[in-house]
Amino acid sequence: MRATVPPNPFDELMDYAKSLSDGDTREQIVSAIFQTSRDICKETITYTKREKLHETEKLDRIFTSKIWGFPIMLAMLAVVIYITIAGANVPSSLLAEFFGWFEGYITLAFEKMHAPEWLHGILVLGLYRGTTWVVSVMLPPMAIFFPIFALLENYGYLPRVAFNMDRLFKKSGAHGKQSLTMAMGFGCNAAAIMSTRIIESPRERMLAILTNNFVPCNGRWPTLILLASLFMAAGYTGGWKTLMTASVVVAMVVFGIVVTLTVSWVLSKTALRGMPTHYTLELPPYRRPKIWDTIVRSTLDKSIYVLKRAVTVAAPAGVLTWVLANIHIGDTTVLAHVAHLLDPFARQLGLDGYILMAFILGLPANEIVLPILLMGYLSTGALTEVDGLHSLKQIFLDHGWTWLTALNMMLFSLLHYPCGTTLINIYKETKSKKWTFVAFALPTGIAIAVTFTTAHIAQWLGLI
Amino acid sequence: MNNREYTIALAGNPNTGKSTLFNVLTGLRQHTGNWPGKTVVHAEGFFTYKDEQYRIIDLPGTYSLYSNSVDEEVARDFIIFAKPDVTLVVLDATALERNLNLALQVLEMTDRVIVCLNLMDEAKKKGIVIDIAKLSKKLGVPVVPLAARNKEGIEELLETIVRMVHGEIKTKPIVVSYSRAIEEKITKLLPLVKEIVGEEYPARWVALRLLDGDTSLLHALQHQPHHLLKGVPNYACHCSAKSI
Repeated sequence: MRATVPPNPFDELMDYAKSLSDGDTREQIVSAIFQTSRDICKETITYTKREKLHETEKLDRIFTSKIWGFPIMLAMLAVVIYITIAGANVPSSLLAEFFGWFEGYITLAFEKMHAPEWLHGILVLGLYRGTTWVVSVMLPPMAIFFPIFALLENYGYLPRVAFNMDRLFKKSGAHGKQSLTMAMGFGCNAAAIMSTRIIESPRERMLAILTNNFVPCNGRWPTLILLASLFMAAGYTGGWKTLMTASVVVAMVVFGIVVTLTVSWVLSKTALRGMPTHYTLELPPYRRPKIWDTIVRSTLDKSIYVLKRAVTVAAPAGVLTWVLANIHIGDTTVLAHVAHLLDPFARQLGLDGYILMAFILGLPANEIVLPILLMGYLSTGALTEVDGLHSLKQIFLDHGWTWLTALNMMLFSLLHYPCGTTLINIYKETKSKKWTFVAFALPTGIAIAVTFTTAHIAQWLGLI
Repeated sequence: MNNREYTIALAGNPNTGKSTLFNVLTGLRQHTGNWPGKTVVHAEGFFTYKDEQYRIIDLPGTYSLYSNSVDEEVARDFIIFAKPDVTLVVLDATALERNLNLALQVLEMTDRVIVCLNLMDEAKKKGIVIDIAKLSKKLGVPVVPLAARNKEGIEELLETIVRMVHGEIKTKPIVVSYSRAIEEKITKLLPLVKEIVGEEYPARWVALRLLDGDTSLLHALQHQPHHLLKGVPNYACHCSAKSI
């Protein structure tokens, strides 16, 4: 029994421990643990192939070299995108043709059953067409891009990317680990927001959260790749065309990274001032992944996941868009009204009302922006028989698209507000409405500013 | 008939194949990848072996449990407060020395530990030979060699888990000996820790953390996070949000 009961025994215990401890306790503890590990290893491990131990170091000297690190990174990205574009063309057209052929039979069946015109409209022209477009346009590039990306990831190349980027992030006042969370953002921004938990300092974590959106995620890769391949290499043919397209996409990614770094730098000088924390980034050894497993899993997991998200949102959106496009107020449809309303502002950004509307309706998921846009265009009465990438381009051209429209849409897609899921995650992680709003408003502001500038410079230079 | 559900925690450095092992055991498809920091929230899965139910929690991969960041605290709190029936510490056999540091820290917290020596196939390729029996004797807990992605060693691991949850394995975890100064302070603190914090927590480890000035731990001990005992609603992640 103790004579006096302290107000809080826990506090007293802590105080007592504090009085015992001196400055380098942690160091002594850690070094004792390290020493024990070393002793155990000395007695239990034998190395039979000394020369094998340094393979990783040798490779790293190339992949993370100051001279070769960045060129190799960009070249890798270009090759991946090149393969994606070159490989996706044919299967995309085949799928589109197949769906078009099948649509004929469905229409026939509707006629046989004497189904009313509006039902055919909603189900076939809205739902079916919208969904099959998504599948044929998005599935092939995803089925090529994601497995290659996953292979690179599993070989251990991604941490090297992070390592190369690390120096740049530190220079911009951010945490080096932000390069890791950024790399994660290439997959999914919503997941990357959660991964910012690996950053200890709240200031640097906020930087990582606010700027994560500037790298394209799964939902935006297809948009970038598709628009680049349709519009950005018009003057070229064959292999050169694909190469040009790939370069444009790579340029987009680089631009996104530049924006990430710039915004981090500005924020760390203004609203989130502070010095970057020191840390060590560990590079894992290179490992040969189980190739077949990786391919199958990334195809199934990622492609199907993105597609499912796109289709489940695109299908109802298809119906909604069709309905909006067929309800008339006066002599124009609701859809045209909305698009018309947005049009003057959108024009300033080098876009049009339909594109802006697609981005707004696409807030829940970036995957559905392009499908919504297509449905919007198709519903304007121009019910062309769409049977491949060529006719896809025709739809865009019919609505007055130029390469500048495509460029601005790509820029807007790259820079605009994060998707709904990501915003929800940002709120969950920051527990702050204010910062969630900043995470929404900041990219949007930048997207508007950049597209506005691009559009006006191009017009001013007489490029269009 | 035993209806109890056993809890297994998976701890380890980042990038040691913890998520791969998790997937093999549960048949789930959590996204795995060769880079650190993949698992930031812990994922939960279930499996049945020999008519018995197991709940397995994939803790965030960390290099230490000194509560430097949120993920280290998550891992530490789970081992201390949820008291899993077995903690599997997954080590990369190709980088054993570095990986052992975490294993030693876990062994200070609990004696219900099985050390999983993963990536044995890689180690073999690199000509690294490890004396498993000796390592196990040194650490005082079972050591199971694995190549999780090839599903090698899984059967042995499961058998070891069964024997451990049924109390058929007596472990005697290695005690890291610290400098004389620290050992003396531990001796001074121990009786107080046992009195105030209670016997259900590893007193020597708590004393060490206190000497290290770890206030977050004491705070956690004072307000025991009971939700950890009942389940993991705050962290449970059934793979949808994190798979990319």
